[in-house]
Amino acid sequence: MSLGAWLEDRLRWRAADQFLRHKTVPVVRHGYVYYFGGVTLFLFLIQVFTGLLLLMYYRPTADAAYESVQFIMARVQFGWLIRSVHSWAANLMVLWVFAHMFGAFFLRAYRRPRELTWVSGALLLFLTLAFGFTGYLLPWNTLAYFATIVGTEIMGDVPLVGKPLLVLLRGGEDVTEATLSRFFGIHVAILPALATLVLGLHLFLVQLHGMSRPQERGPSRALPFVPGFVLRESMVWLLVLAVLAALAVLLPWPVGQKADPLAPAPAGIKPEWYFVFMFQTLKILPARVLWLEGEQAGIVAFMLAALVLLVVPFLERGEQHARAARIARVLGVLAALFIAGMTVYGYLTP
Amino acid sequence: MAPKTRRRHASFLGVLGMARLQFRVTRRSLADYLLGAGLAALAGTVLYPLVRYLIPPEVKEVAAGSIVAAKVGELKPNSAKIFLLGGKPAILIHTPQGTYKAFSAVCTHLACIVQYRPDLGHIWSACHDGHFDLNGQVLSGPPPRPLPQYSVTVKAGDIVVTRPA
Repeated sequence: MSLGAWLEDRLRWRAADQFLRHKTVPVVRHGYVYYFGGVTLFLFLIQVFTGLLLLMYYRPTADAAYESVQFIMARVQFGWLIRSVHSWAANLMVLWVFAHMFGAFFLRAYRRPRELTWVSGALLLFLTLAFGFTGYLLPWNTLAYFATIVGTEIMGDVPLVGKPLLVLLRGGEDVTEATLSRFFGIHVAILPALATLVLGLHLFLVQLHGMSRPQERGPSRALPFVPGFVLRESMVWLLVLAVLAALAVLLPWPVGQKADPLAPAPAGIKPEWYFVFMFQTLKILPARVLWLEGEQAGIVAFMLAALVLLVVPFLERGEQHARAARIARVLGVLAALFIAGMTVYGYLTP
Repeated sequence: MAPKTRRRHASFLGVLGMARLQFRVTRRSLADYLLGAGLAALAGTVLYPLVRYLIPPEVKEVAAGSIVAAKVGELKPNSAKIFLLGGKPAILIHTPQGTYKAFSAVCTHLACIVQYRPDLGHIWSACHDGHFDLNGQVLSGPPPRPLPQYSVTVKAGDIVVTRPA
């Protein structure tokens, strides 16, 4: 019996081979959005890979965390490269998750039967933001330390469960070494486990249903997944890798100053750019909105927005598809404008 | 007529013509070659920093070969103390006879840290029952070599242990 037949007997890999042979990707206007998911996946893989490498030297204690990151940047050969790639890829990944989401949204790829693909994608967006929030603290530098104080303090404003949530996240009343331990555990164990599960489901559903085809006039053309799309996607991945390497080499991620719990907060504390729009919104809210404190009202609004994002596919039902689609598009554009506008506003004001 | 001319032409070119025949490059093979070379270069540029990264940077050993291991009077006779000398554990023994002796505390068998047994009056490694006398020589057990001995001097109340260079 040949090796191929032996393996086929046990793995049934020919089914996968047949599947890939028949898989196609639609060729449409704005077809580039079909590459966004792949790019996000690529960046996620880079994060897993470089994250594992950083674990070889990183030490998650208040005394040693900052020094170990400095050690990685200064003493370990190519340590600066691995850490800078991890930081840059994290930022690019958040960017691409958003791009992928808006792409899928405007192509209305969430329509039946792909509702759960959208839901799992929205969950992956939240997980990505949680990765960013927890990872930011790990170098234990001043900016991250105060950003974490502010960020967790905001979560403490969530109605009803705010205070217990804050204590749970911080591992106590304040941001201390206990917080660092928790964030480390969340960042390197809990989130990767959850992300792997949800990502597995997401990718499985994408294979199960195939690529969504937008409703548009004209003949339906398609590109075979193998080799046409795979080769094109590989080129995009290579390009992303090149951009990533260039960013990491030309603009190595700074380590900053070591966090000092007794030092006053420096001016201009801002969260990571992808949280700036929320931060800025909370900042400009009046002290009281209706019967709630301004911050609380803002947080409730953002939680509702997150919920709406999660259930987007189920909001668009009924007969009037064209009208629903128009409304969805307008809301999507408004959301994108709001996020972009508030981000810019946040960076223009002190 | 034409084939004959061509053959003669080929013979004029001689070795060069043969070479051209053997290394005929098609568009496809060139593309394959370039792709393969590109992928190999990519693998190299990814793997080289990776391997270098995984090799731990050398941690500088403490240059000083001597250290104040204890104060006079700190250790009673027939007792000992483990301390660090150049980043490695060492043992200072106050012998029952009242002299000071110092050795590397790393067992020569499988690098367990040894201890002084007041009941036996000599050095013992708990891991595999290795026994050393107060000159560091192996008395019994699996250790293959004696413990390296360090020199001890007493200066103004300090017991200084020095590792020979």
